[in-house]
Amino acid sequence: MIKLDRVTKVYPDGTEAVKEVSFEVEAGELCVLLGPSGCGKTTTMKMINRLIPITGGKIYIDGRDSIKIDENELRRSIGYAIQDIGLFPHMTVGQNIETVPSLKGWPKAERSKRAEELLELVGMDSGEFIDKYPSELSGGQCQRVGVARALGADPSILLMDEPFGAIDPITRVRLQDEFLKIQQEIKKTIIFVTHDIFEAIKMGDKVALMKQGQLVQYDTPANLLYRPKNEFVEDFVGADRALKGLQLIRVKEVMSFPPTVKAEETVEAAGERMEQEGTNWLVVVNDDGKFLGWVDKAELGKGEMVKEVISSSAITATVNTVLNEVLSLMLSHGLENMVIVNEANILEGVISFDIIRKALTEVTQRRESE
Amino acid sequence: MRRYVVIVSLLVLLIGLTVWITNLEWIREGVYKPFTWGKILSCTWWHLIMVGAAEFAAILIGVPLGILVTRPGFKKLTTPVIGGANIGQSIPSLAVIAIMAPLLGFGLKSAIVALFIYGLLPVLRNSYAGINNIDPAIVEAAKGMGMTRGQIARKIELPLALPVIMTGIRISTVITVGTAELAVLVGGKGLGVITLTGVFTLQPLTILQGAAPTAALAITLGFILERVESWMTSRGLKVKAEMA
Repeated sequence: MIKLDRVTKVYPDGTEAVKEVSFEVEAGELCVLLGPSGCGKTTTMKMINRLIPITGGKIYIDGRDSIKIDENELRRSIGYAIQDIGLFPHMTVGQNIETVPSLKGWPKAERSKRAEELLELVGMDSGEFIDKYPSELSGGQCQRVGVARALGADPSILLMDEPFGAIDPITRVRLQDEFLKIQQEIKKTIIFVTHDIFEAIKMGDKVALMKQGQLVQYDTPANLLYRPKNEFVEDFVGADRALKGLQLIRVKEVMSFPPTVKAEETVEAAGERMEQEGTNWLVVVNDDGKFLGWVDKAELGKGEMVKEVISSSAITATVNTVLNEVLSLMLSHGLENMVIVNEANILEGVISFDIIRKALTEVTQRRESE
Repeated sequence: MRRYVVIVSLLVLLIGLTVWITNLEWIREGVYKPFTWGKILSCTWWHLIMVGAAEFAAILIGVPLGILVTRPGFKKLTTPVIGGANIGQSIPSLAVIAIMAPLLGFGLKSAIVALFIYGLLPVLRNSYAGINNIDPAIVEAAKGMGMTRGQIARKIELPLALPVIMTGIRISTVITVGTAELAVLVGGKGLGVITLTGVFTLQPLTILQGAAPTAALAITLGFILERVESWMTSRGLKVKAEMA
C-alpha cells in the first residue's frame, strides 16, 4: 500500500512542482498518474522512491514513513522501470535482471534462477536471451527486460515511468496486454506514469489526473470518463468519450463463440452448418480447437473439402484486448469479425461489428442513466 | 583483417628501412657513418623510458582528475580544468618542451615533465568525456534501483567510460612517442638524438634512421593499446559500435 499525504515539492527557486497531493493506492492496485507534461506526475512518482527529495507532507509505504527508511533499502524494495528503459548496456540481459537481487546479496544460483523465471514471465525465451546484450535486442524486447528487471527482487511495489513510451503503437498495445496479464498473476501495487489518456484508461484501476502540480481527480477510469469533476477533466478526457469508453470493455466480457467447422469436413457439411446458423462464414479449427482460418459462403464452390477453400488470417486478438483496439484492428485490416485466441492459438471466441456496436450503446446508456 | 595487413606491412617497411640504413658503410662517403645498432637500441630504450614515465604520470593524474570534475560538488572545477588543458594542448609541443629548459634546466627530468604536460590532455579530456557522456537515464536507473554512489561509480560509470578513457590513453601515448623526438632539445634522450643529428647535418638518411624506428614504435604501442582497450570493453558496448 502507498499513501501520499499532502505531498509537496518546492524547488529552491520557489517553483512549486507538486502541491499538497494526497491519495492512497491499495495493495495490488494499479494507479495511473496522468496529466500533460510538466504537471508534476513524474516528480510525484520519483518522490516515492526518493529520487527527488520531498519538501512537504509524508509518503507511507506499507504504513511506514518513507523518510525513515534508508534510501537505498527503500529503492531496493521498490521495482523501478523507466521510460528510456535505462538498461545497463555493458551487462547481459541476465546481469541486468539480477541487479537488485545481487545488491541484496542473493546467492548466485538463486539469482540466475530468478532471472530465468522473469524472462519467461515477460514472454522471452531465457535460453536464447539471457546472455544477450541490450544492444542486440529490439525496442520491445528491451522494454520487456526493463519490466523483468524491475521485478527482479520480487518487490511488492512497482514504479513505472512511461514504460511503454518509446515503442511503436502495435508493440505497445501488445506489451500493455501482456503486462496486464502479468499483473493479474503478480498483483503488485503499481504507480504508472503516462500522458496518454488511452493508456491510462486501459491500464489503471485508478487514475490520478494532475494539472500544474495539483491532483484534479482521483477516480476509477469509468468515473473519469463519465463523471468528470470539472472542465479541465472533461477537456482532457476529450469529446470522443463514448469511443474511449470502449477502452473499458475487454473482449472476454462481450465475445460470442462462433460457428465452427473442421478442416477435414466437406464443403457440403460447411454449407449446411451456415444454413443452420444463419451466417455466411464459419471459423475453421483442427481437432484440438486450434484456429486455422475462415471459410466463406462464396468460396464453397471452389473445392470439395473445407481445407481447400480456407482463407487464413493472422490477425487475432486475445480475451484481454480492449474493444477499441479490436475495432481499430478490424477497420485497418478490413475485417468484419475478429477471431479471439489464446496463446496456444486455440479458438476462444469472436467479436463482430455488431457486438461492438451493442457494447458501445450499452456503455453510453448505462453511464448516462446513472 | 585488412588493418592487420596494413599495420604489418608498415612495420616491415619501417624496420626494413632502419636495417638497410644501419648496414650501410657510409651515410656520406668519408664523412658520416650511420649510427650503430647499439646506439639505436639504447635510444629506443630511452625513448620508451621517457614516454613510459610521462604517460604513467599522465594516467595517474589525468584519469582521477578527469573523473573528479564530473562529480557533484566538483563541477565548478570542470571549466578551469578542461579549459586549461585545452589551452595547454593548443600551445605547440615545441614551445612546451622549450619552456622547460629555463624552468627546470637541461636534462631528462625537463624532457619527461614536458612530455607529461603535453600527454595529459587527451587522458584528462577523455576521462571527463567518458563519464560525462553516459546517458543520465542509465545512472538514474541505477540510483532508482538502490545502488550507492560507490556502486554506481564502480559497476556502471567506470565500465561504461572505460573504452573512452582507454582511447584517450592510446591517443596520448602515440602523440607522446612523436613529441619525444623533440625532447632531445631540453636534454632528453631517445631516438630524437639520431633524428636531430640528421637534421643538423642535413643527412636525410640519418633523419630516417631515427624517424623510422620512432614511427614503428608509435604504431606498435598504438596497436597493443588498442588490443588492451578491446579486451577491457564489454561485448555489449562493442555490438552497439558495430551496429552504429
